[in-house]
Amino acid sequence: MKTILTALCLLLASGSLMAGSKVIATGGATNIEGNSGGGIVPWATINGYGSSDEWSVNTFAARVGVDDFTLDSYGVGASFNNQWELSFARQKLGLDTIGGELRQDILGIKYKVAGELLYTAMPQISLGLQFKKNRDFALPSAVGAGDDSGYEFYIAATKVFFDAVAGRNLLLNATVRSTDAHQTGLLGFGGQGLGHKLMFESSAVLLLNYNLAVGTEFKQKPNQLGFADEQHWRDLFAAWFINKNASVVLGYVDLGDIAGLTEQTGFYLSVEGTW
Amino acid sequence: MVKYLLLIATLTLTACQQKPETSLYQRLGAETGVEKIVDGVLYGIEHDQSIVHHFADTDIPRFRRLLIEQFCELSGGPCKYSGVSMQESHTGFQITQAHFDALVNHLITAMQQQNVAIEAQNEFLAMLAPMYKDVVYR
Repeated sequence: MKTILTALCLLLASGSLMAGSKVIATGGATNIEGNSGGGIVPWATINGYGSSDEWSVNTFAARVGVDDFTLDSYGVGASFNNQWELSFARQKLGLDTIGGELRQDILGIKYKVAGELLYTAMPQISLGLQFKKNRDFALPSAVGAGDDSGYEFYIAATKVFFDAVAGRNLLLNATVRSTDAHQTGLLGFGGQGLGHKLMFESSAVLLLNYNLAVGTEFKQKPNQLGFADEQHWRDLFAAWFINKNASVVLGYVDLGDIAGLTEQTGFYLSVEGTW
Repeated sequence: MVKYLLLIATLTLTACQQKPETSLYQRLGAETGVEKIVDGVLYGIEHDQSIVHHFADTDIPRFRRLLIEQFCELSGGPCKYSGVSMQESHTGFQITQAHFDALVNHLITAMQQQNVAIEAQNEFLAMLAPMYKDVVYR
């Protein structure tokens, strides 16, 4: 939490530094896995404000605090040409009640294949690939995960509809992800007879003005491990794009049951810096 | 929970929204408003090193008049755009997405400076956004 606050202070102090040409908020926020999206769902958007032939770099720190767990994520990313996005994120799930922690690293690449978020009738469509690697595997292995690493492939379609609801712009996103991860990989991957499954994720965000947005997300989860139920994730958030260099997202999350501990709900806080 | 909050958000927004009886042209500030928005865009272009070169050979007073005509007609005002099509006027200029984005930013800044309501801004942007395909990479 201290890191997040320090990061926020630095960002606010940074003022308007070099930023790309894209319109504010069109780089999205950075989700807990380090790529451009909402809070828990990857979007087709490319992180930062780099437009054609422009570079952008970003960094983020996020905390999800629910009843019996705390998930800290932080990472860095780079984008080019509003088309390529590379990201690296490190996650630590604190098992506050059970004791111990589960850590994993996530390397992601995203490529925009078609459409322009604001300007074309076709939604912006991107393909993404993520490589996830556990740094703690004793517990995942003990509860049935077969692998300490896994690949995920996703396709996302995102579009902003101008003047859609009460004169406000509306962003809609749909993502399909192929994954064999348990609890997004924090509880390992695969296992006896377990393979990749296609999962659906979605987001709806209302842009109240250029700097403020409120949204909701849904993330379907595969629920493949026998030892405890894994449930779909939902969130509700407000995002503040302070300027093209800094944004803050505050949310309410419902992560369902995790490792046998029921009804995990709580807060989500994320800060991001882009240059 | 989510449903209720969304409902509340929607109701609040709907309540705050003044259902516009007036045309978009009126809400952009009519003749004076449109002129000031266009002047704001021209100011933005003039001070933007990334796009100002595209206007090196442009007859600025004529460009200003055409832009005012176009904004006026698009928003439902009593004007008739007398210029050529967007596609014709931009072909060969090698306008990139970054150039287009820059222009959109200048338009937004100009509308913000004129205190145009966000609903009117979005309605206007909705009309202009599809021009992307006629302007960029022609």
